Amino acid sequence: MNRWPLKKPLFWDQGASGADNDRPHFDFRRIWKRAVVLMLCVALLPLLALAWFDYRVTGQYSENEIVLRTDRLVSNTKRTVAFFLEERQAALQFVVREYGFADLNDDRRLAGILANLSGSIGGFTDLGLFNAAGRQIRYIGPYALKDRDYRDEPWFREVVAAGSHVSDVYLGFREEPHMVIAVKREKEDGSFFVLRATLNTVWFNEQLAHIRESSFGDSFLVNLEGVIQTPTLNHGEVLDRFPLAIPPYAEDTRVVTVQDRQGRELVMGYAYIPGSPFILLAIGEKAELLRPWISTRVMVVLFLAGAVLLIVLVTLGVATNLVGDIYRADRERATALREAARANKLASLGRLAAGVAHEINNPLAIINEKAGLLADLLTRAGKEPPPKEKLLSQLESIHRAVARCSGITRRLLGFARPGEIKLEQVELAEVVREVLEFHGKEAAHRNIIVGVEIDSELPALSSDRNKLQQVFLNLVGNAFAAMEDGGHLYITGSRPDPEHLLITVTDDGCGIAEADLKKVFEPFFSTKSKEEGTGLGLFVTYGLVRELQGRIRVESMAGAGTRFFITLPLRSKENAETGEEHHADFTG
Amino acid sequence: MRILLVDDEEELVSALAERLQLRGITADWATSGRQALELAHRQTYDVAVIDLKMPGISGVELKKQLVAGFPGLRFIFMSGHGSLSTFESGIGEAGHADYFLLKPVDINQLLGRISELLATSHQGH
Repeated sequence: MNRWPLKKPLFWDQGASGADNDRPHFDFRRIWKRAVVLMLCVALLPLLALAWFDYRVTGQYSENEIVLRTDRLVSNTKRTVAFFLEERQAALQFVVREYGFADLNDDRRLAGILANLSGSIGGFTDLGLFNAAGRQIRYIGPYALKDRDYRDEPWFREVVAAGSHVSDVYLGFREEPHMVIAVKREKEDGSFFVLRATLNTVWFNEQLAHIRESSFGDSFLVNLEGVIQTPTLNHGEVLDRFPLAIPPYAEDTRVVTVQDRQGRELVMGYAYIPGSPFILLAIGEKAELLRPWISTRVMVVLFLAGAVLLIVLVTLGVATNLVGDIYRADRERATALREAARANKLASLGRLAAGVAHEINNPLAIINEKAGLLADLLTRAGKEPPPKEKLLSQLESIHRAVARCSGITRRLLGFARPGEIKLEQVELAEVVREVLEFHGKEAAHRNIIVGVEIDSELPALSSDRNKLQQVFLNLVGNAFAAMEDGGHLYITGSRPDPEHLLITVTDDGCGIAEADLKKVFEPFFSTKSKEEGTGLGLFVTYGLVRELQGRIRVESMAGAGTRFFITLPLRSKENAETGEEHHADFTG
Repeated sequence: MRILLVDDEEELVSALAERLQLRGITADWATSGRQALELAHRQTYDVAVIDLKMPGISGVELKKQLVAGFPGLRFIFMSGHGSLSTFESGIGEAGHADYFLLKPVDINQLLGRISELLATSHQGH
């Protein structure tokens, strides 16, 4: 705040204040504000709209991208897992079909088959042969499980019922999480046997770790009951219960958005793996997944903020400079106008003084002759003293002439008053009469008929008498200059509406050519020679009328005459509303 | 010797006529050009003293008409609107021996001009 007054532009506090004749024609603070708002709108709105649009589109795009990527990862992994299980199942089927019970019921043979399976497709931990009673009669592997009774184990019942089975992960007799694949084969005597292989879960974990490496988040298998089957990063231990709801069955891969217990949004891709009790889950935190996009966003927002700051600074600078220039130009114009008004006033005072000097000579001449006659009567009339009445009548004549002189000087003094600005109640008819008195002799000598028709009901107007006088002096002076001897001047005053006064000044002089009509209110436009006119009369008149908060226009026809229309407010507004801008149109 | 005084200010022209008469000069006066022409038709004047600016017929116009009707008449112009240019235009149209007096007029100066004019006029005849 401390720095503001230092940088406050000149025009800021001088918008609409100031004396009546010194008031700027524009509210500069308002112009400045409007320019700033407009420029900012034009510059910022498209930028912000574009940024918002980009935000929306790229945000949507990023979310779609996450869904697609999740879908692809889960689908691929699902196929890999399903293929792995099918392949091992098919291998076991092949073994039980190729070899009969007799072949398999031999430790050496069974060990050879396990070695072959591990060497070719891999993934097997052990291999066991079960009789129809559920007893493991042959076992090749790291655990001591031979001759154990599996009759009541769920997987055994499943394989007896279905012919083949893929188990979920369970502890079993070995007290370690593992999973098995089992197939049943009918014998010729009507009984059956079962071949079972334990699968190596390390392989699964590697496949699922592959998803994690692609920076997706967590991925693991759960069974249909929601028990976690493979290690997770942060969703619980193997054989724990999965903390979120198990998604409903779907044939293909699905990607959904769920919330965890802390209310964070998670992207969850899942697929039911066919022919197995497994559901593949891939879970990532949405905020985490959107991080690359968000960091791009931060860059864009920083850039945007920089751009906005730059635009605002440039706009403020440009607007301040421009309005400052306009302000200075307006001040210079106002000064020029004041100078012009003063020059015009001096010129008309000079003209008046010359007229008055001429006019005052007539009563002076009368005084001269009457005084001379008095002296003559007293010295030359002979023996008889002149009658007293005759002498007195000469003295009366002298008094009348003196009264005429003082009337003329008083009238001139009324005009020569220093031009302080003040509003007073002014009678239009009085001002017109005063001005015409100066031209009375000229009108008489030049046989110019002057008609005045001012509505007698017209109220006094609150205005500046000096300025009004000056306006009429200029217009009447112009009319007299334009008219030939024997011309007509006609002045009217009326009240077209309750708020205004309409004045017309009409002459039948030389008129104004149409081409010049638009220029008559411009400064230094004159059809008179340089000695006769300053070219400021109508320019100043225009400025004066505007200062009186009125309007002036002109109609004219070359050779036919000219009529000026002046509209003045009856009540001058002391505090002219700041919003009103006076457009300086010189079109008349 | 007869003088014709023409001025639209009656008080001025009547007082001036009376003062001239007190000095033994016969002087008639008129307050307009029309009146002056009427008088000139009735009487023969030697000198016309005319105000330049008058309503109706102006001083210069009146002089033109008087010159046309009465070639022997001599003229003196008076004016409150004294300026060299009006004086020169008066001289230019009236030829020699015309005078231009500024108001207020000194009666002795007027008498001097009148006698000068009469002297040249008599020489000319």
